[in-house]
This record gives sequence, structure tokens and C-alpha cells, in this order.
Amino acid sequence: MLAQHDAVVKKVASETAPPLEVHDLTVAYQRRPVLWDIDFSVPEGQLIGIVGPNGAGKSTLIKAALGLVPLASGWVKIYGQPYQRQRKLIGYVPQRESVDWDFPTDALDVVMMGRYGHLGWFKRPGRGDRDIAMDCLKKVGMADYAGRQISQLSGGQQQRVFLARALAQDARLYFMDEPFAGVDAATEKAIITLLQELKSQRRTVLVVHHDLQTVPEYFDWVIMLNMRQIAVGPTAEVFTRENLNKTYGGRLNIVSEVAEAVSRDLPGRRP
Amino acid sequence: MNGEWLMQWVADVNTRWVLTGCVLLGISGGVLGSFALLRRRSLMGDALAHAALPGVCVAFLLTGNRALGVLLTGALIAGLIGAACIQGITRYSRIKEDAALGIVLSVFFGFGIVLLTLIQHSQQSSQAGLDKFVFGQAASLIGRDVQVMAVCAAVVCLASLALFKEFKLLCFDADFARGLGFPTTLLDGLLMLLISLAVVIGLQAVGVVLMAAMLITPTAAARFWTDRLNVMVILAGVFGGLSGALGTLLSTVAPRMPTGPLIVLAATVFFLISLILAPRRGLLGKLLRLVALRSQVGRENALRSIYEIAEAAGSWEVIITAEELLRHRSWSGGTVTTLMQRLQREGLVAAAEGGHRLTEAGREAAYEIVRKHRLWEMFLMHEGQLGADHVDRDADFVEHHLPRELIDELERLLQLHGRTLELPPSVHPTR
Repeated sequence: MLAQHDAVVKKVASETAPPLEVHDLTVAYQRRPVLWDIDFSVPEGQLIGIVGPNGAGKSTLIKAALGLVPLASGWVKIYGQPYQRQRKLIGYVPQRESVDWDFPTDALDVVMMGRYGHLGWFKRPGRGDRDIAMDCLKKVGMADYAGRQISQLSGGQQQRVFLARALAQDARLYFMDEPFAGVDAATEKAIITLLQELKSQRRTVLVVHHDLQTVPEYFDWVIMLNMRQIAVGPTAEVFTRENLNKTYGGRLNIVSEVAEAVSRDLPGRRP
Repeated sequence: MNGEWLMQWVADVNTRWVLTGCVLLGISGGVLGSFALLRRRSLMGDALAHAALPGVCVAFLLTGNRALGVLLTGALIAGLIGAACIQGITRYSRIKEDAALGIVLSVFFGFGIVLLTLIQHSQQSSQAGLDKFVFGQAASLIGRDVQVMAVCAAVVCLASLALFKEFKLLCFDADFARGLGFPTTLLDGLLMLLISLAVVIGLQAVGVVLMAAMLITPTAAARFWTDRLNVMVILAGVFGGLSGALGTLLSTVAPRMPTGPLIVLAATVFFLISLILAPRRGLLGKLLRLVALRSQVGRENALRSIYEIAEAAGSWEVIITAEELLRHRSWSGGTVTTLMQRLQREGLVAAAEGGHRLTEAGREAAYEIVRKHRLWEMFLMHEGQLGADHVDRDADFVEHHLPRELIDELERLLQLHGRTLELPPSVHPTR
């Protein structure tokens, strides 16, 4: 009886817990801290941008949340639980440069890797997984390239294959590390459509993003980082010139400032 | 060398053991080598092999036993200690992996040689024949040795089969694997253990110095033929096994030749054949494609020049002379003759008095290529803001590569600029 009650409480807790909660997080590489005192939680079903200058710890934040780097202090919880117990709820799109694209495999096979977490040890992907992977390729407009060796895809196409792989994970919380970096216009559009679709399904997506102009257009929330947490909150409230100056420490050059001014004057439009 | 001789050779029980052993070491080396190569652990295999030598010696010194199983256990343990040293050095100091590999490889190997000399000069038994582990001595393989090798090879191949999916993921994207919850440190450790097993299988036959070649060479050869990992693993195993068989065969034909080095050379022959003959990645294929492209470019350039000469003359009936073409292009006289002969064979030009004339088919073909050229020139001027005198060379290059979809896209863009879709006039003088 009591155990049942506990189970119910736990279930309710995990349903009301935020998708991602980071508490007092510090990460250090070779004893040099790269992220200090990060402390925030994000709401469900939002598109959340992570911005900051190079070396601000954006990728590290994602890796810490996924348990890929050791934490010096603090903790990360996914839907109220440590990430080790919630792996199946998490999807991940690493930076495109992080893998060797000359690997002997094709696009469909890479997408199928998104299913491996659900399959567990030893079991081979079956027809069902194949169908799911194919569907995911279709969603990013890459169905025609399913059998293509991955080195023969353009940069944008490779990025879309990575997105499809994350979709195949069928996660509730997604981490994407610079999916917009160096992609063509068609891919950028495909990613935006995909993000909107994920949002409409109440999934939460955190995206490391470089292009400040498009932040207000693409993201509901924004996490501004520069080794420390500068601001976290709804884009409309925290994506201000003052916070940008703090984040980029005066390194925000005139061009970006102008672009930012333009995008403020024309909300939701790209110049 | 006739069939009877071969039958006799295979019927000989000693030869059969040697042959089986060498095939087994080739297969397991090729299979594990594929994962080692893709996980960038090939040189680690070399370090493991060298590090195994002191293990063999220590195992003998401790047990006084010469059985292959005992010696290989020592080799395996020493190899793993070597691998652990490399990882420890890389993790806890500023020394990078290549330097750590070099240090561990030479220190362990040097230590192994010292031990070997000690054993050789000590009183206990006559040197134990351990020096065969340096360069290998396949002829010394006996039934019991091959049984040990077979067990190891079976473990290596079955583990690769069972963990194929996990190893593939680990090799392609280790971070993603960890994100999915696979313990990559454990998987890496397992892979290292299997690589060590694949290495020690071959120690007696090929030796610690050359064993790494059996991990790397068949795998590198297999990579040329396929873009699928499962095919690559199988092919590498086949190349490795065949190298083992071929090396053994050769060493019997030339009796004083060492088997191990011959196996490595056989594997290298497979590698060279692959390097040259593999259809897509091979050098010959690349050369042929280049020649084909050159020839296509020459043909299309000739057609465009003829078109432009006819266009300037205002008549399709104008006779194109070799001199005229030479003025147009920086070709040699021989090239022009060859090109015109080819166009004539294809029915695009017909011989006429003093030269050639475009046929109906030739006009169409020439029109298409000129149109591609000028569409691209137009595009560069409008979208790239280049001057009319800058676009010709660039279009010269691009016109041969424009696929249909891109041409459609160009037409759409040029329509936006109010350009006609008929053949645009040239933007620069054509003669």
C-alpha cells in the first residue's frame, strides 16, 4: 500500500518535474573550470537557445547534462531523476565535426543508430527500427539519400542525417550542438520546421546557437553563458542588449550590434 | 609444381597444422583490425604486440613451461599492461598518445630482448626457442598450438559478431554511444582485449615485430572495396586468411624463406591490388575517370568553338578549318585532328572541303553545351557581380559539370533578372 503510494508520488513528481534542472554545476577540464555555478531549470515544450562566445562552455553544458564530462560539483536532473535513469528520454545531436564522415556506412544506417538505445545490448535493429529510421529521414527531406555513403553527402545533408538520428531516438528532451553551423539555406529551413514540430509535440529542445540575429525568431527561451550563467529566461525578457554585453564582454562587435538592433526593430523577421 | 605435389603437401599433417594456424591468425587479425582501424587503435596493436615479448619471457621464467597456452597468457597480460601504460601516460601527463605509444613499445620490447638474452645464457634448458617470438616461426606450430589459436580466433570472431552493433557505434560516435547509455570505457576495454587476443594468436607464427601488419594491412585493403562495415569486416577476414594461406604456400615452395614475413608480404600484395584496382576508391579507377572527363571536356570545348565560329559567320554551313579552331583554342594540331575525327565518328560533324561542317545532331549538341556555358556566365554576372571579361574561364570549367537540376535552378534565377531562356548572346567576343 505504502509502496504503491510512493510509486504514485514518484510518478507525479517525474511528470511535474522540469525536463532539465541544473543545480550549482561546475565543470573543470585539467583543473581549469570551464563552467561555474550554473543553476537553472527549463520549462517543458519550449525551444531553448544556448548562446555565448567561443569557449563560453556551451558544448560543455550539453555534455555535462548528458553525463559525457565529469562534474566537479553540482548535479543535473532530467525530469526529476539523474540522467543515467532517463537516457531513453534524451536525444542528442553532436557537432558535425565530431565524427569521421569517411566511416564505412550509409545515411540510413547512421539514423538507425538512434534506435540502439531502445534495443539494448546484442539485439540487432529489425524491420520496425528500419521503418522508423526511414520515416525520420523523410522528415528531414533525406529519404532519397538513405543508401548514400555518408562522405558523399554535403555538410547540410550530414547535419540532417544527424537530426534524423536524434529523431529516431524518440526523446522528450533534445540537446543539439550547433545544428545550424555551416549549413545551407534548405537545411536551415528543414531544421526550423523540425524544431517547430518537436515543440508542437510538447518536446523540449536545447540548441547551441551562434547567430544572434535569429535568436528571438527561433527560440522561446534563452540561456546566456560566458563560463558563468549570465541570464536564463524567456527570450523576450532576458535577450537584452545589457545581457548581451555581459555575455560577450564588450566583444560583441559593431556588426553584430547593428544586426541585433535591426532584429529588435523587426521582430520575427530576418533582414 | 603440379597438382600431385600440392595434394601431397596438403596431405602432410604438419603442413596442415601450419596452414590452419596461419589462416586463423589472418582471419582474426583482419576482423579485429577493422574495428581497430576505425577506432584509430591500429598502432595500439603494434605496441601491444611488442609489449607481449617480455610477457612471453616472464611466463616462461615463472613456470618453466613452454606450452603455447602458457606463453600466450603471459603475452596477453603484458600486452594489456602495455595498453594500460599508454592510456595512463596519455591521461595523467602532457605526453600525447603517439609519443606514449613509442615509449611503451620500445621499453617493453627492449625489456623483452634483455629477458630473452638472459634466458638464452641461463642454465635452465636450452634457450627454450623463445626467440621465435621475435620474428615468428610458423613451421614450429604443432597441433596443440593450433588448438589454442583456434579457441582464441573463435572468441575473437564470435565476440565481434555479438557486439557488432556496439562496436560500430563506438567506432563511429563514442559520445553518442555514451549518451545512449552504452558504457564506452567498458566497450573500449573489451575491444582492446580482443585486439590483444588477435595479436597473441599470431605471435608464434608471425612474431611481435610484424604482427601489427596483420591487423592493419588486410583491413586497409578491404576498405578500398566497400562502404559497408559488415562487408569490410568479412572482406578483411578473407584477405587475412588468404594471406596466411598464401604465405605458408610460398614458404613451402621456397623452403628457406621465413613464413611470417611472407604472410605479411602476401597481405601487402592484396593491399596493392586493392589500392590500384578497387572500382571506386582505387587509383586506376580514379585515373580512368580523369581520362574520361578530360576527353569529355575536350569534345565539349571543340563543339562550343565550332558553334561560336558558325555563330560569328552567321551560317551553319560554314566550313570549319583546323586553322580556325587553332586560333580559337590553345590546342596542338594533333589534338584538333583527334577531336574532329571523334566528332565525325559520332556523327556530329561531317567532312567537307578543307575542313568540317556541323551536322543536324552536331548543332543540337553544340547548342546545349554553349547554352550551359552562357547560362553560367550570366549567373556569375548577375549574382556574382563579375565583369564580362572575367566569366569566360570560370564558365569554361563549370559547363562540363552542370547537372540538369542545377540548370533548371539557373534558368529560374535568370528569369528573375528578366533574361530569356533561349540561348543568351555571348557576353564577350567569341573569336
